Amino acid sequence: MGLNLHAVRAIYRFEMNRALRTWAQSIIAPVLTTSLYFIVFGSAIGSRMGDIGGVSYGAYIIPGLLMLSLLSESISNAAFGIYMPKWSGTIYELLSAPVNWVEVVLGYVGAAASKSLLLGTLILLTARLFVPYSIAHPVWLVGLLVLTAVTFCLFGFIIGLWADNFQKLQVVPLLVITPLTFLGGAFYSINMLPEPWQTVSLFNPVVYLISGLRWAFYGAADVHIALSTGITLVFMAACLAVVWWVFKTGWRIRR
Amino acid sequence: MTPSTPRPQGDAIVRVRGVSKTYPGGFQALRNVNLDIRRGEIFALLGPNGAGKTTLISTICGMTSASEGQITAGGFDTVRDYRSARALIGLVPQELHTDSFETVWATVSFSRGLFGKPANPALIERILRDLSLWDKKDNKILTLSGGMKRRVLIAKALSHEPSILFLDEPSAGVDVELRHDMWRLVRQLRDAGTTIILTTHYIEEAEDMADRIGVIRKGELIVVEDKAVLMRQLGQKQLALTLQQPLQGVPADLAAWPLTLSDDGLTLTHTFDTQKDDTGIAELLAALGRHGIHFKDLRSSESSLEDIFVSLVHEPNGEA
Repeated sequence: MGLNLHAVRAIYRFEMNRALRTWAQSIIAPVLTTSLYFIVFGSAIGSRMGDIGGVSYGAYIIPGLLMLSLLSESISNAAFGIYMPKWSGTIYELLSAPVNWVEVVLGYVGAAASKSLLLGTLILLTARLFVPYSIAHPVWLVGLLVLTAVTFCLFGFIIGLWADNFQKLQVVPLLVITPLTFLGGAFYSINMLPEPWQTVSLFNPVVYLISGLRWAFYGAADVHIALSTGITLVFMAACLAVVWWVFKTGWRIRR
Repeated sequence: MTPSTPRPQGDAIVRVRGVSKTYPGGFQALRNVNLDIRRGEIFALLGPNGAGKTTLISTICGMTSASEGQITAGGFDTVRDYRSARALIGLVPQELHTDSFETVWATVSFSRGLFGKPANPALIERILRDLSLWDKKDNKILTLSGGMKRRVLIAKALSHEPSILFLDEPSAGVDVELRHDMWRLVRQLRDAGTTIILTTHYIEEAEDMADRIGVIRKGELIVVEDKAVLMRQLGQKQLALTLQQPLQGVPADLAAWPLTLSDDGLTLTHTFDTQKDDTGIAELLAALGRHGIHFKDLRSSESSLEDIFVSLVHEPNGEA
């Protein structure tokens, strides 16, 4: 039997409607927050700082800020998407429906990733209002954004499956992802750090994500694009394996 | 046999074989349950709170995994061929689990899509009209009363045209009018060929509606029987005689009959089995005459399903 595409479409549409219903929180708030970063660090402070690798500071921080929003929104969107039916009890319908884990993931993660990419596009357009920038590898940029959004939506989906209260939904984005992004070269090149912090930073997975995105923008980065892409793909595969296992065993969803 | 090939199972549309469920904490909710639900019948599952009714329904529908045993729906194994099995089943859960911020129309349409059916606005409209929800179709669910939310859950369950419908305590918290509407709908569905399995606390409804009754106690299915047969086999009749003069006690010569005397000595009650050819009534009345015990009135009554249910789930130590 092929994919239950009606189910995928139903879940996708349901999730997108939820985002549009809460557009101020889902879309406007993150765009506004990122705009404030561009105003403060890009236009105000950035104008007094020197270029990094031949790129103005305001333009240099765009990939990091884009990644910061993309990661936190991807995780939050996907985590809320699957946590809400668990919390409200409506997950009974999902569990009793003729759907498999692939269809559930396509619906929920697909919608969450779409929202993140919509947000990323809006942030890029907004950034243009404050900072001039160019894109050296536009196809790679789109590919990396899609890959990152899907991977971290999968990660968020796992957090939503794991969480049994609202606080847990926020723990990972706020206490793990945000610090890792700030320390992952969002506002600086890790080459600017003294040792041993430069080496320590290489254990931060977000370094590879930001670096890859920065390469797509400006053609130069802290680590090779192949390494950035490879690490993201490995993380995505790990997330897929965990989601498959959750649905196979019913962990936290099926009694 | 390929995964999507239904297994022939006579007229049983749901077949439960040797199903047990033990929760991780060690609580055994179901114990070796065997049950056949016949195609097109209304089957009422009765039992006290915590007896395992909801666990059995949840296990058949896929929300709970059985620890042992096998279940088929429409001949499809509910684990191996879960897609084919679940596509046949609609479920109205006991709790009012709803998407509060969605509209009635959106949530019912969502359910149809989730169960793999293409959009069918005309069908959704008919279902909403049948459930008196049409004028609420654009309302958010959180604005609806509890009874209306129950109707929405029924509409969601019917949206993909299931041939098997589970109703878990559908009357809970529902007013009389809605309850009557709901049972009218259930009868219509049954007449249209849908198999209905319901649990209810309103035993008079099971008595009124069901073709067959199952009674579950402490995870064990202790009785499954046609309602009429159950009432005949387990039902008792009582003959109450209002005496002209009070008695101090039941005369020893009448010990052959299971008689009880009221505290005021004015009512003598004879309980007899409806299954027996000889109820003993004629002999009793003759014996009363011989003892000069005259009565001025007599009336007979029959046990209700509720009486039978209470007698079945009651245990000698008083526990239910």
